[in-house]
Amino acid sequence: MIVIDGLTKHFGPFTAVDRIGFTVEKGEVLGFLGPNGAGKSTTMKMITGFLAPSAGSARVCGHDIVTDTLAAQRTIGYLPEGAPAYGDMTPRGFLRFIARVRRLSGADAEKAIDRAVEATELGGVLEQPIDTLSKGFRRRVGLAQSILHDPPVLIMDEPTDGLDPNQKFEVRKLIARMSAEKAIVISTHILEEVDAICTRALIIDRGRVVADGTPAALMARSRYHNAVSLTLSGQTTVQMAEKLKALNGIASIEIAPRGAETTFTLFPVSARESDVVLIDAVARLARDENWPVRALYGEPGRLDEVFRSLTRSDTTVTDGKKDAA
Amino acid sequence: MNELLAVFRRELGGYFATPLAFIFIVIFLFTMGAFTFYLGGYYESGQADLAIFFNFHPWLYLFLIPAISMRLWAEERRTGSIELLLSLPVPLWAAVLGKFLAAWVFSGLALALTFPIWLTVNYLGDPDNGVILAGYLGSFLMAGGYLAIGSCLSAVTRNQVIAFVVSVAVCFLFTVSGLPIVIDFFSGWAPQQILNTIASFSFLTHFNAITRGVIDLRDIVYFTTLIGAWLIACGIVVDMKKAG
Repeated sequence: MIVIDGLTKHFGPFTAVDRIGFTVEKGEVLGFLGPNGAGKSTTMKMITGFLAPSAGSARVCGHDIVTDTLAAQRTIGYLPEGAPAYGDMTPRGFLRFIARVRRLSGADAEKAIDRAVEATELGGVLEQPIDTLSKGFRRRVGLAQSILHDPPVLIMDEPTDGLDPNQKFEVRKLIARMSAEKAIVISTHILEEVDAICTRALIIDRGRVVADGTPAALMARSRYHNAVSLTLSGQTTVQMAEKLKALNGIASIEIAPRGAETTFTLFPVSARESDVVLIDAVARLARDENWPVRALYGEPGRLDEVFRSLTRSDTTVTDGKKDAA
Repeated sequence: MNELLAVFRRELGGYFATPLAFIFIVIFLFTMGAFTFYLGGYYESGQADLAIFFNFHPWLYLFLIPAISMRLWAEERRTGSIELLLSLPVPLWAAVLGKFLAAWVFSGLALALTFPIWLTVNYLGDPDNGVILAGYLGSFLMAGGYLAIGSCLSAVTRNQVIAFVVSVAVCFLFTVSGLPIVIDFFSGWAPQQILNTIASFSFLTHFNAITRGVIDLRDIVYFTTLIGAWLIACGIVVDMKKAG
């Protein structure tokens, strides 16, 4: 439903977005990741028709955003960065304005507003000027605006920014609930969010796509992927580390003491193989030695570490592969 | 058309959602009255017409109209709501025109609220109401001209103060281009043809012609063309900003 091809944006000599391409199908939730200034927002602004691309194209539901702007925009619900709204209006007045622009009128409009208000739990503040609302409520007004016309395509720039953990949870639930019927793109800084709601993640850095895959596939690039973590309480000795290292298939070991506990991270020789064998071996060793085990688990990989390794420098993709190996 | 109406209603409602409309109208009426009765010596003139009243309009508009127009686009850009507006399926012309019309209707409302002075002059004497009506029409058209200029200049910047100051300056040039302050600058070296052209751009020339009660098509065409040209320029500026 969203087809992006070679999308590029220059601001003077600066290239904010550099030949980005991807597609999003119905039922997909694409997580847009990247450090500040990577080009996430600029890309979204081009897809929604707020900025004109310098090169490349974006098609939404078959409509080109440059040549068929209005038709494309009708199919999109967009939450811009910072959830801007008309502060002098009340949420009800604001949503009525959006409904009119979206060509909803009369009972249809009221029904759509009720539905959006219910989904975003705005009921209590409908008659207060938006300027006087808290950040969380303002964000939800923006969300309500974006889903008002039940669009087939949703584009949200940091939908959970500024929300408290409960509100974040609710918004994620809302996105998950809508995801089956829509193509959704969200940008976020919060990596756990990607794991929680995205079916696919796209990491961009300096305007380029540096990784594209399911959250699990991205995590598999982490050097922690299939590593085994063992936490022991009480005193630990050098001998313990030696014994762990002597196990079959261990390449290296990291030791991190924290308070009265110590965590050993065991990296396998081959991260591609399942960690079950290794966990069994560690468990047997701990039982035989009578170690006070507090936790033992296989690591799925750490997204933040993948994120850092991919977006740190220009030697991005190769870096990630080396780390994963 | 739907979208034009939606933008128009939102904008017009925006004036009344804050004290802005109230303050503007009060100050507009107060200065209008003060100028006419004290500065203009309305009673002393002993004339049963509103020529003195209308004489002050260009000079009052010069400062009050940019105060309305400065927020049209600059504020949207500052708060970021412009991103919302331009990503909604609203044609550019509908956004430009909707905002302008809302501001024009608002200034028209302020102008209409000066009706007590019309009642007064009818009570005191026997004026030619046709001439007065023409004056109101001219004043309304001129307000539209100032607004169109201000609207375009407001789209250039996100800073409302800059939008205001630049609008006042440009409006001033358009107001006085028929007066010696501008003409003297060109006379002596520019051909008469150019002098005439510059002078013909003056708001004052066209406005004064209308307030005399002679509604010449050329004056109407002048103001409507001017409004159209500045609004098209406004649309071009907004569109150019999309290219970054």
